[in-house]
Amino acid sequence: MHKLTKAPLALNGLGRCFITEKHLSGVNIIRRGLVCSENTIDSNKTEVYDVIISGGGMVGSAMACSLGMDPNLSEKKILLLEAGHKKVMDRLPDTYSTRVSSISPGSATLLSGIGAWEHITRMRYKPYKRMQVWDACSDALITFDKEDLLDEMAYIVENDIVVAAITRQLDTLPENVQVKYKSKVVKYTWPMPHHAAESIPWVKVTLANGETLQTKLLIGADGPNSMVRQKLGIPTVKWNYDQSAVVAVLHLSEPTENNVAWQRFLPTGPIAMLPLSDTESSLVWSTGHHLAEELLELDEESFVDAVNSAFWSNENQSDLIETAGALFRGALSAIMPSEGSPRQLPPSVAGIGPKSRVMFPLGIGHASEYIRHRVALIGDAAHRVHPLAGQGANLGFGDVACLTQLLSQAAFNGKDLGAIQHLLEYETERQRHNLPMMTVIDLMKRLYSTNAAPVVLLRTFGLQATNMLPTLKEQIMAYASK
Amino acid sequence: MYSNKFGRLLFGLRGLKVSPVSGAIQRSEVRGFSSGAAVWRQRRAACAEMQQTRSASHTTVDPGEVKRFQLMANKWWDEEGDFAALHAMNDLRVPFVRDNLLNVQRERHPGQPLAGLRILDVGCGGGLLTEPLGRLGATVLGIDPVEDSIRIAQLHSSHDPDLRDRVSYRACTLEELSGDGEAKQEEQTETQFDAIVASEVVEHLADLETFAICCSHVLKPGGSLFITTINKTNLSYALAIVAAEQLLRIVPRGTHDWEKFVSPVELERLLESNGFLVQSVQGMLYNPLSGAWSWTNTTAINYALHAVKQDVGAEDRNGPDGDQCEPTHS
Repeated sequence: MHKLTKAPLALNGLGRCFITEKHLSGVNIIRRGLVCSENTIDSNKTEVYDVIISGGGMVGSAMACSLGMDPNLSEKKILLLEAGHKKVMDRLPDTYSTRVSSISPGSATLLSGIGAWEHITRMRYKPYKRMQVWDACSDALITFDKEDLLDEMAYIVENDIVVAAITRQLDTLPENVQVKYKSKVVKYTWPMPHHAAESIPWVKVTLANGETLQTKLLIGADGPNSMVRQKLGIPTVKWNYDQSAVVAVLHLSEPTENNVAWQRFLPTGPIAMLPLSDTESSLVWSTGHHLAEELLELDEESFVDAVNSAFWSNENQSDLIETAGALFRGALSAIMPSEGSPRQLPPSVAGIGPKSRVMFPLGIGHASEYIRHRVALIGDAAHRVHPLAGQGANLGFGDVACLTQLLSQAAFNGKDLGAIQHLLEYETERQRHNLPMMTVIDLMKRLYSTNAAPVVLLRTFGLQATNMLPTLKEQIMAYASK
Repeated sequence: MYSNKFGRLLFGLRGLKVSPVSGAIQRSEVRGFSSGAAVWRQRRAACAEMQQTRSASHTTVDPGEVKRFQLMANKWWDEEGDFAALHAMNDLRVPFVRDNLLNVQRERHPGQPLAGLRILDVGCGGGLLTEPLGRLGATVLGIDPVEDSIRIAQLHSSHDPDLRDRVSYRACTLEELSGDGEAKQEEQTETQFDAIVASEVVEHLADLETFAICCSHVLKPGGSLFITTINKTNLSYALAIVAAEQLLRIVPRGTHDWEKFVSPVELERLLESNGFLVQSVQGMLYNPLSGAWSWTNTTAINYALHAVKQDVGAEDRNGPDGDQCEPTHS
């Protein structure tokens, strides 16, 4: 059996018809005249899947689970390929992990629809009700919260927990949904367009262990350095920010209700403190590469001091800005007297979690096309953003929801899942949503990367004005919650 | 995709080339929009003798039609090519067939809504409609007199393991199929279908009466017949012949013959006199700019029809015409 599968692969470029004659019965010799290609053998031995998802991170596994649970796709063969090992979490680890995501209500809806949210709530998650964002160069600030602090704005969940919850849910799905762990893809072979009638029309995926698989639709969920995207040659607009993010788990000085997310824009980059529990928070500090390296090398006490001072000190404010800020505020409150929330200070930090400081580089990327013939990109493979708005994972979950719905409808209409028509709809819809969001995030990053006085004044005024317009804030929150 | 369509639109409007129409029983060759009026007069004058177009000859295989479709056989699966409008029509006709059959079905199979049903696709061509129906779980037999089309259809569906089991093709005519069925009368249930789909087919036939009779033969009592075709009105002449074929080149020239179009009223009358009960008729409209079809209130141009075979009176149809049924092309 082994030889039969190896032989055609080895003799790929050679006399295809010889193989047909040697290994198959005489009946097939007659077929030789019609379709003669090594693919004939492969198609007999290679399994054809309806959907293969390449990449089992948060977004890739959510896609697999979402497709697997859709009733219209219940007879389709779905495969998830993940290069790493299976993330099982029988017992919750005592310490928090450093990589966390802010899950918006829209993403929570998707996760609950696929049955993973239940697992997450039973494991570990932290809802927060308010977000305060303020400037280090002036005293402008903006707070977002839902009316009367009744509803939760969003949730902070560790990435590992999201993946583990989805994995647990994948285990319960019927056998038409398969997952292959420790499967690294080494090669993709793209199909010819329709006119070449005799070649295999499916996408071929070759794994590191030599196995070849075929699929009618390939979904690339393999992260910001997506191999699927590169092999397709899709032009990508991308550049690196001169920033790295330092992440750590912070221990607070004293237990507090901790349902506020804090973010302060320093001239070197934003620093954010996201609640994890009553006594711990997650730190995401985006700053220049050198500063980030220095921070990693500090001892624990100095690092804690650096964090506290970043949130609390006012050394970046000049008198000019302070006066101007006060003037603006006065003027605005004359026009809109009722709005504006009092400034709060974040909780102070006493220590950090053991061995928990990590840094990773930041950049922005956007694929100019999300789709090709029989291929679609989702998540970071299609778009990569700065963490300052906490939107990276949410954009990916949005892609999952959109593509699932379109594929479900296509299957109900008897369509070939890899057909370009509904893939184009997916691309259009998601680009329309993602591009404005990414532009705004990039703009924010640039706006707040300087302490030149005119820019500071501009953004101070802008922030204060926005803070006083409840309808505008509601719009912003609604857009970010999708 | 848009630039392609736009290009074809502009090209169609500008390039009014004179090219001969390979229609068989055509008497007038349409030579471009400028002589449209002349054509109109010619058509009216020739109308009387054209009554013969649909003869009671019992041979509705039109050799000219067969030849024309043979030449186009390789283009079936090019979604941007000559058959683009038919590909787009799947967005309407597949739900039309599926939903009407689901109304009758009592069991629910999520993921395979048409599981357990046997469907006959008359005039299947390259299998454009046969494949989606197969994907929905039905066992589909596609027939077409043009052998090249059947070959293309078989090749296209051979790659897909789902379709290999469910979709099969035969190069034959409806008459031959119905004749086979007659021969194996003991196996009535095996050779009978739950539904027949004849999409964009009846406008290429010569004898509709025998088509209806043959459909009745191979259909189970209570089975459904789905027809999509073009109405015979002045508007359909203007749009489906002049605009679609000559100006905008949405379909290749000579694909359709206005004389063979049939109005829903006439089709309904014909079907009902052959033991069918028409359940619904719905108008369809093609938008050449977007390349998409939509349902519409008027049946003046394209329309879809759903009829159900009555249980009573099926035996009366076995007359001298019983053995000669007509295949169709699409």
